[in-house]
Order: sequence, then structure tokens, then C-alpha cells
Amino acid sequence: MDDHRPGIDPEFTALPLRDLADAALAQAKSLGAQHADFRAERIRGQHIGLSDGNPQTLIDADDSGLAVRVIVDGTWGFASAVDLTADAAALAAREAIEVAKVAATMNTEPIELAPEPAYGDVTWVSAYEIDPFTVSAADKVALLAQWSNTLLAHAAVSHVDASLQQVRECKFYSDGVTTATQQRIRLQPALTAVAVSDDGRFDTMRTLAPPVGRGYEFLTPNPLRGGAGWDFEAELGELPELLAAKLGAPSVEPGRYDLVIDPSNLWLVIHESIGHATELDRALGYEAAYAGTSFATLDKLGSLQYGSGIMHVTGDRTAEHGLATIGYDDEGVAGQSWDLITDGILSGYQLDRRMALLKGFGRSNGCSFSDGPGHMPLQRMANVSLEPAAGGPSTEDLIAGVDNGIYILGDKSWSIDMQRYNFQFTGQRFVKIKNGRLAGQLRDVAYQATTTDFWGSMEAVGGPQTYVLGGAFNCGKGQPGQVAPVSHGCPAALMRGVRILNTAEEGAK
Amino acid sequence: MTTASGYSPQETVEQALAAARSDDCVVIAEETSSANLRWAGNTLTTNGVSASRQLTVIAIDRHGHGPGQASAGVVSRAGVRPDQIEDVVRQAERVAAEATPAEDADELAGPEQAGSFGGKNKDQPGWDSPPARTEIGVLRDFAATLGETLRAAQAAGRKLYGFAEHDLTSTFLGTSTGVRQRHDQPTGRVELNAKSADLERSAWTGAATREFTDVDVAGLAAGLAERLDWAKRAISLPAGQYETLLPPTAVADLLTYLYWSAGAKEAAEGRTVFSKPGGGTRVGERLSAQPVTLSSDPRAPGLASAPFVVAHASGSDSSVFDNGLPLSATSWISEGSLAALISSRHSAEVAGLPVTPAIDNLTFATSAPAPLALEEMIASTGRALLVTCLWYIREVDPQTLLLTGLTRDGVYLVEDGEVVGAVNNFRFNESPVGMLGRLLEVGATVPTLPREWGDYFNRAAMPPVRVEGFNMSSVSQAS
Repeated sequence: MDDHRPGIDPEFTALPLRDLADAALAQAKSLGAQHADFRAERIRGQHIGLSDGNPQTLIDADDSGLAVRVIVDGTWGFASAVDLTADAAALAAREAIEVAKVAATMNTEPIELAPEPAYGDVTWVSAYEIDPFTVSAADKVALLAQWSNTLLAHAAVSHVDASLQQVRECKFYSDGVTTATQQRIRLQPALTAVAVSDDGRFDTMRTLAPPVGRGYEFLTPNPLRGGAGWDFEAELGELPELLAAKLGAPSVEPGRYDLVIDPSNLWLVIHESIGHATELDRALGYEAAYAGTSFATLDKLGSLQYGSGIMHVTGDRTAEHGLATIGYDDEGVAGQSWDLITDGILSGYQLDRRMALLKGFGRSNGCSFSDGPGHMPLQRMANVSLEPAAGGPSTEDLIAGVDNGIYILGDKSWSIDMQRYNFQFTGQRFVKIKNGRLAGQLRDVAYQATTTDFWGSMEAVGGPQTYVLGGAFNCGKGQPGQVAPVSHGCPAALMRGVRILNTAEEGAK
Repeated sequence: MTTASGYSPQETVEQALAAARSDDCVVIAEETSSANLRWAGNTLTTNGVSASRQLTVIAIDRHGHGPGQASAGVVSRAGVRPDQIEDVVRQAERVAAEATPAEDADELAGPEQAGSFGGKNKDQPGWDSPPARTEIGVLRDFAATLGETLRAAQAAGRKLYGFAEHDLTSTFLGTSTGVRQRHDQPTGRVELNAKSADLERSAWTGAATREFTDVDVAGLAAGLAERLDWAKRAISLPAGQYETLLPPTAVADLLTYLYWSAGAKEAAEGRTVFSKPGGGTRVGERLSAQPVTLSSDPRAPGLASAPFVVAHASGSDSSVFDNGLPLSATSWISEGSLAALISSRHSAEVAGLPVTPAIDNLTFATSAPAPLALEEMIASTGRALLVTCLWYIREVDPQTLLLTGLTRDGVYLVEDGEVVGAVNNFRFNESPVGMLGRLLEVGATVPTLPREWGDYFNRAAMPPVRVEGFNMSSVSQAS
């Protein structure tokens, strides 16, 4: 844990949060709700975008509001409002009751929630050093412009897109027995260089820097602070040559290859093929009409061979700097860590309080989340991470074990079916491996597999020295659609015999 | 009418403009209300009503910059009280003062150019009318009918899943140059997914609606029951290129992505499928031998959208300086040829093209005589796949606009004019641009809901199409 933990936004804590909660909860109870919980949130966001070093997008957003969720005669009701007044909170409670009554005609499963200890009045703040909202927009634009110009100075680079997203999320939750006031900071930097050749071909390469639950120090690492940031100068220094080599690289020969997959690419496979597949609401069919279901159904818990025996996957809401990390979830459940896949066997799910009770898990593992006051909380993804091998190999060692393969770095295109079987991914860079050595880049690469075949082909995972926490700001789920930030840590890994497509040939069919 | 804050959005616009000290100012005040119901396995899962109030202030600073230059500061905040409006304006002005010149800097439109409010649009309430609002009562009759439909499905051994949502957004746009524009946008949809009790067979349908009075949920459910019956015979087919019938929803998803990819600036920079090798764009180039037109029109019957630019932020092909500019019917593809690309005034200048900003609806149609309905196209089919819808569509290669994704909730084999059974699902790798060149037949255009992009793009009218050699790249085990 970082030594320095700033306090919660004083403008948020100055709001009459407890008065609003009291008004809403009292109104709900008086109208017959068996359960009621209240949230107030303030979410600050800033998005900066530059095109070829010139400012193109600069927007500051500041969303706030309150939400009331009730259970009336076994049916959910939810309502939200923007005005942070006791009258608006009480009105939202009445509207939530009315929604529950309208919806009751459709409900056949009485809603009950798994018990959770009462935590009283608690606070929690994520680990960061510099709140990005204390840095001027001009300074951020200047830094992105400097980086853009570094790339544009190279003859191979025709255009550069640069962006920086920042969020400060303040949440207040109360259900009468737990009252949690929390704040998280996150940011996502990205620079993409574009090369256009005279014959009309073009290609891109994006930085591998992940989105993080850190502050502005991630962009400006200071060795005196432990250097807890990304070395953009080093990455930007090599990016133009890598892009030029990619544009001039030979097109891949389709077939089966051994893959060494960098954490900057593998995190997304974990997200799609494990993270979503081990959400219990999906496995039970609650997302069947939209996000989809899961092949990892509840009857397979404890028996499904998900992958090879070296595969250990955890879910957590506790990893430092994790995007899904929080003290207490949107149902007042304390953050936890648990196993999802143990020795290659499905061993757990991600739960909220309703699902936990419905299927006899006893207690929720704290995966309830709403992306703002206007939306009802859903079971959302924890940080889902693949464990490294203690004393395990380096990435170079993994590459040395491959005769004919490809080393894949960076995420790009992704797609998986609605039961999480069939997936296809591309990446930022594909480097040919020949007789244990890297042998230049390849173009037009995509890999396709079925989830259990892919993870079953995992012969080795790297050691802790290869482990990186990747992730995304924008995991989508639910109707109305919600987005959630989530991290996935993983080491480099070696997969044997994965199907490689040539995307140029696919496009020409 | 005032809102819960005691202030109307019109008053908010006027107060913000009165407080502005910058050279120019744009104010966008929006009131949104929403109601939704969601169900799964024949029972309710989640629901809710919400209301939000958003104020966006765009301060434009023309001082300290060269001739014709300006910087912009954009601040967007929810739930602003009257006593906070000036704070938002000052914050936007601080951002503008700090900012370097914007590449898209331009003069703001004036009332004459923008065609500002004066009762010109008879379909919309006047500037002074209170904001529109929806509430859970809009779904009351629907919920009662749906409850009966869920119970009937339970009795018949089927499971129903789905979602219904109704939103209303009133947008009030004012500028320091005197523009006052207002638009009320209703957006609704219902999605219904039916599965057999063993979950092995699945079918989907959806509809966009503006008022929720035109939704026949029992009829939708009956259509799905027929499709589940089609699927009682399961047929395994390998990956390959198949003659394929795509229904309107699938065509909408593919062409919506094409539309989103049709920006003028990046095309002119040589980095999209619409770039011409060696420089320039492919505008004027023939993309399809069929006489097809892809167009947007803010006044399209049943698909009406804002008839003026509302830009909360600048981007490649949008500009905050364009706020209030009138939008008119635009053909992106005309009679098979690329005719226009999405642009702001700035990106149009960069690309050397006319100014054609994005519009929030899309229609694809053939001018060939007597196009057929999907059922008639099935009846005239020798052998082809019939897709229900597409899912998880992502870009693989921008050079060709190669997209990947899955078929979902029913792929059927049609032989000699009849559906003979359900085929396994596939992963496809296809380019909508390449597909335009392989259209064998284009049917009659009807309103549809894009399955994949309906969260973001609700207003579409599309035909079913017959495609030669649709590339089903691999088999998906998903059912």
C-alpha cells in the first residue's frame, strides 16, 4: 500500500449525504420496502485528445446524483435523481416503490439477499499519489503534444493520435447498517502512431501502457518516489522503428503455431474467456438476451477442466492499483479475493448478494457495481488474474522453448461468442520465433481458438518478473448498458499449436 | 415548467449565456428521463427509472491567438443548480484560456444560418415549451401484456429473455450569436429472446419504437416460437463461404459500422478503407453494382433525429464550433457509389469535400423496382444460410474494414424455398465494404433495430440482402 493516501474529495463529503440516505431509507421503509439501499455519487472525468500534436478534444465532465434500490414483496424497484436534496431522495424512494409495483406483474422469483456483516461508518480511498484533477489541462496537453512530436519527428510516422482519460469516482453507500464513503482514481493514456506508405497501405502501433488505478504519477515517474509509473520515453523512442518494421513485414502464413503471449495481449483473453465466463449471473442465464451466457455452467463447478494443470486464476477486489479494486461494493460487501480456477479446474464464480443466496454460496464475494447513480447495480467483473509461476521462466526463456512460433504483444481486435467458446484476437505486434529466437515482425495476424482448447494448450507461464496488471476502462454489460473498469494481471505464457489466420486473406475471401 | 431544481433548461441556457465573459459561448442544456424493464427465464430481473439534467458550456476564447484562431474550453456537469451555473461558465472559460488554438476554430453559426427557432419545425414543441419526460407508466400496459406472455411461454415450455426501455431527451442549444434550438428525442426499444427449455434452441427479435404504443409483444413472441420450431432439426455445416440471407437487423449492424468508419479527416489522411491510394478519398468510386443508397435524414418519417448539430466535444469529424448548423438529408452512398463522408466544417476543408455532419439515423435502400420482403426472398432461394442476427462485431483490419463477429440466436438452412433446419453458429470475417460488391439481391427496406449497436444507434431502416460468399471463418459451439 502506498504511504500517501489522499483524502476523499471535500466537495463530495460536504454534501448532506447522511441526510439524503436517511430521507430515502425512511421513506422506503414507511412504504413497505423489505430492503432499501441508497447511493450518492460524484464522478469527475476528463478526456483529452490530440491529433498530430494539436488539441482536438478536451472535455471535463462532472456527474452526480443519487439512487434508491428497494425490494417490495420480493420485487426489485429502482429510481435515481440528479438533485442532491432530501426531497429528491424521498421522491426517488417513492418512485422506486412504484417501479416495483409495476414490475411485480412480471416477477416469479422473490428477491432475497445473502447476509453481510454490518461495517458501520467506513471510508476507503484507492492508492495513488497525484490526483490528476489537480494538474492543469494545459500541462497535460503539453505533455501529450511533446510525446506526439517525438513520434512525428520520425520519417516513418505519418500521424499520431494521443489521448488521456482520467476519472475520480466518489461513492457513498448506505443500507442502514453499513455506510461506506469511498474514492477511486484511474487514468488511461494511449498514443497511436500511424504509418502510410506511398502505395496506399497503412498500419498503426499503439503504446502498451495499460490503464491503471493510479494517479498522474503514472505519466511522470519519479525515481525518488520509486518510479511507480510507465517509461513512456523508452517506449516512444522505439515505437517508430517498430512501426516501420511492421509495415514492411511479411504477411503471415496461416496455420498452427506455438505462441508466446505477452501480458499486454493476454490480459484481454483472460477478460473475455475467463472473466465473463465465471460471472454467475451469466452462467445462470440472466444476461442471455444481451451479453450472453457461459459454457462454465454451475453444474460444472469443481469438475470442468478449464485449462492445463498449471492454470491458477483468482478473482479479487483488493489488488493494489486494480481498476476493479474497492473497499466495499455497491451492496455494502467488503472487498475479497478468491479462486476461480484451481489447477486448471473451475473452482469459483463472481457473485453479488442475490446470486450468492440463490445458489447457496452463503456470502457474496463483493462483485456488485453500478457505473453511476442512474443505473441499478449488477454483478460486475472483479480483477480476474492468472497467477505467475513462483521461480518461473522469463519471457526470453519461454521464447527459447519455441521452434516455430509467434510472440504477440499488445491488444487490438477482440471478439468472442455469447457462451465464451469461440474467440478471435489480434494484437499490436507479432514477432516470428524461429528456433528459439526472435526473427522479425509479421503482418496480418489473428489467432482463433475455443476457450478450453486454448487454456488447455498452455504449457508454461512466466515467473513473477513477467507479471503485468493490464485492463480496460470500458467493460460493457447489462441493459441499460453499463461500463466498468477492470484489471487483469498475468505473466507471459506459452501456448502450443494455436490456429493463426491471415487477416488479409480473410478479407479477400 | 420548472424542474426539480426550480429552474427550466431554457432559463439555464439564458443564465449561462448572460454570465459568459468569453468572446463566444455555446450552452447545451439537456433533460433526460428513462424507464426500463428487464426479464430473464420468464421472470423480471432488473428495472428502473432515472432522470438526469446535463449542462455543457463551451467557452470560446479568440484573444491572444492569431487571426482566425480560437481556443475552446468544454465543461459538462450533471445536476447543476441555478447558483452553480456561473461556476460552470467560469470553469469553461478557464479551460479555454489555458488551451492552445483549436485546429477546428471557426465562427459560430448565427440565427439566420442555423435556422433558429421560430415555429419552423411543426413536429417539435417550441423553445418555451417544457421539456418532454417519460416515466414508468409508459411501460405499464406493456408490462401487463408481457407478464401474460411470460406465463404463456412458461406453460409452453419456452423461456423468454429481454429488455424494454423508453428514453426521452430534450436538448436546448443556445449560443452567444443568438441561436436558440430545441429538439425532443424519444428513443425506445424492445428486445425479445426465446429459448427452448433445454436452452439448445434460441431465437431473437427486436424493434425500435418511439412511443411504446406500437409494440405487439405477443406477436413478437409468436414469431419466435415459429423459429424455435424451425430449429427442431439441427444441421451441422462446416466453415466456408456461403450464399447468405442477412435480415434487416444484421444489415443495420454492418452498415452502421461502415457509417461510423466513414469520417472525412482520416480518409483524407490515408488511414481508412475510404482513402484513395496516393492521396485523397474514394468519394465518387463505385462500391456496389446494385443501385443502393445509404442515407441519413433528420426528418425521415419514423426515424426523426435532431435537425441541427449538437457537438459536446470536438473530434476528427465533429466540432464544437459547428453547434447549431442545420442538418439536411445526406446520401453517403448514392446508386452504388460513395457520395459523401462524415465531416465537420474543419474536416471537410481538410478533405476537400462538402460539409456533411453526422446525422443520428441511417437508411439503406435499393432503387430497383419491386424489392422483395425477406419471406419472399426465402421462397426464391435455392440454397443459402438465413441469419437471425450478428453479435460481438469488432474491427480486424481498417485497411479493408474487415470485421469479425458471430452469428447468434438462429442460423437456418434454406433449400428450395423453405427453411429446412437450424445450422450451428459461425464466426464471420467480412468487410461491409467488400460485401457491397457481392450483393446479389436487395430486398424491401423496413424499420429495424440493430442488435449489436442498438445501445448507441437506434434509428435505422434496412432491407434484407442476399450476399454471395459470406465468409463464415469458423464454427462456434455456442447455441
